[in-house]
Amino acid sequence: MAQEAKNQDLPPLVTRKAVKTKKELDLLLGDKGARYYKEMEVFPVDTAALKKTLDATCKSRLRTWLEICAHCSLCADSCFFYLANDNDPKQIPSYKIKSTLGELVKRKGNVDTKFMINCMDTAWGKCTCCNRCGMYCPHGIDMGVMFGYLRGLCFSQGFVPHEMKIGSCMHWLYNAQMDVTVEDYVETCEWMAEENEEYYPGLEIPVDKVGADIMYVVNAREPKHYPQDLAEAAILFHLAGESWTVPSKGWEGTSLAMFAGDWACCKQQVEGVYAAMERLKVKRYVGTECGHQHRATITEGPYWAGRKSGEPPAPGLHYVEWVLEALETGKLKLDPAKKIKEPVTLQDPCNYVRNHGLTDVTRKIMSYIAEDFREMSPNREHNFCCGGGGGMNGIGRYREERNIGLKVKREQILATGAKFVVSACHNCWDAIRDLEEVYKIGIKWSFLKPILLEMVIVPDHLKPKEE
Amino acid sequence: MYEFVSGPLALISFAIFFVGIIIRIVWYVKGLDWQLDRVAYSEKLGAGIKGAARSLFHWLLPLNRTTANHPVFMAVTYLFHICLVLTPIFLMAHVVLIEESWNISWVTLPDKVADYMTLAVIAAGIFFLIRRLTDPNVKILTTASDYIVLAIALAPFITGYIAYHQWELGAGYKFWLIIHILCGEIMLIAIPFTKLSHFVLSFCSRIQLGMDYGIKRGGTKGRGIAW
Repeated sequence: MAQEAKNQDLPPLVTRKAVKTKKELDLLLGDKGARYYKEMEVFPVDTAALKKTLDATCKSRLRTWLEICAHCSLCADSCFFYLANDNDPKQIPSYKIKSTLGELVKRKGNVDTKFMINCMDTAWGKCTCCNRCGMYCPHGIDMGVMFGYLRGLCFSQGFVPHEMKIGSCMHWLYNAQMDVTVEDYVETCEWMAEENEEYYPGLEIPVDKVGADIMYVVNAREPKHYPQDLAEAAILFHLAGESWTVPSKGWEGTSLAMFAGDWACCKQQVEGVYAAMERLKVKRYVGTECGHQHRATITEGPYWAGRKSGEPPAPGLHYVEWVLEALETGKLKLDPAKKIKEPVTLQDPCNYVRNHGLTDVTRKIMSYIAEDFREMSPNREHNFCCGGGGGMNGIGRYREERNIGLKVKREQILATGAKFVVSACHNCWDAIRDLEEVYKIGIKWSFLKPILLEMVIVPDHLKPKEE
Repeated sequence: MYEFVSGPLALISFAIFFVGIIIRIVWYVKGLDWQLDRVAYSEKLGAGIKGAARSLFHWLLPLNRTTANHPVFMAVTYLFHICLVLTPIFLMAHVVLIEESWNISWVTLPDKVADYMTLAVIAAGIFFLIRRLTDPNVKILTTASDYIVLAIALAPFITGYIAYHQWELGAGYKFWLIIHILCGEIMLIAIPFTKLSHFVLSFCSRIQLGMDYGIKRGGTKGRGIAW
């Protein structure tokens, strides 16, 4: 009782507005979700605002999809959650969207708290917005797109998973998914360059170099948790002789705001990156080995920023595109004797494969690095989500659901016979790491950078001078 | 009665049908929004048209994974739709009626073929009905309107079959003929207002998603989506 009374005096954690101050952020971080979700259970729905948003943004495309769905269930086995949950009909994409967004639209936003919590639990806990179902619907109904939209509605009403609320707040405050400031980032760059300069003379991480060919953008986890990734990127650019730079402001390419459905924040986030492209007058953008970084900044970002062309200010490449180009032009030379001998398989990330067509690029890279490359089945655009996309990896409330979902990827990997998974995406990498932790199938996994670094031939003039 | 249902009522039904589907298409296209949908429809029209063409091609023909994964259901679905659309348009009795009224005509199907096509529609409809009643995946999705829409689509074929074969069934040819015409008119009127609007909106949706893939989701990179 005493605890409850105390809680009542605290400022609320559940709010309809995005959280944009350090004070509120600390409050959210101070709670592990218990008070947050308890508050949510009695948090009222602003039905008038919901109706207004629906009227303004739920247009013919979404309404038509909801209306013409033939209820044929052909989307069922396109969804890895359906398969992983022993063909549970409640996991059919059509059912999931019909019982949430479909009802919401039908009732013109006149729904209650319990209904909204179910929407949240479905939009984040039963869908990773991998968009696979849309490829299998005869009408071309993309339920992943609809769940993305539903996430936006949920966010605007305050019904958003704890970690996603925090994620969007981080972007508002730091223009990054984690509390890494511009100063922290620049310092990390300097540190990594110094750390490795001994082995790679002349190595630098040029910050804010105007007119560079490449602007390299990362995922905040790299400076925060494994700065070595940043060093690896720098070494590979250095060995390839690229003219490159990292921006100080606008250094982060990811967007948890996209997973959270905080569209205003998505706009702010991506505009920071575009401003850096323009400020530094770079020829191209290269984003790190992260799927949603590419989706947020290159594929969807231009629309949030109001760019009618649908293109960012400078052409945007995913890291794998740069790697292939460097290999094909001979900028990076690999030692064929060091090719991976054991069987290797490849995880196709939804965000730049199904949703940006980079199917052949990674396969060509595999031909440079692996002697026994084995495809998962299905693969390319038809590959299954790793199981942790769309923010799923980071949400404690759905950990159990996530772990069940991982079974599909587990079976796919086991069927290849390979014990080594290459994954050029942070989310996939995490999901596969967790898969091993949960199911212990004896696999290892890696980004491309460490593999390339093992194999790359250092040109003589870049080798350290012998004493 | 026959004069009324085959005369003014038929005209009214056709008018509602045509005006209705045109309004639905116009409403659909007007509701597309490059920024909300996040697809640069007009700026990248060329890539969009290519994507749309791919999307239509792979689904108008059975060249998609869904057909490979569910061959029986998809075969029945293709057959159902082909017969449902072609039979009434090329049925001799219908063409003759139109020729008498407006003096225009076109090729017709041999009666025997049209008869089998009608049976195919009815058989496929029964297949859909049984599937709806028994398959747990379909059951959970099914609403009353799914049955109503199926009934609306099948009724003209069942009654047409009865009328063509002049089965009395306690009511007589004239009765069944009038009921058949009424059922056809109900279907025409229902198309713009119900899920049957997929008659045109499915094309709109396929084109839209094709444009989305063609423009944004990699259509301009690599080989374009493999449906």
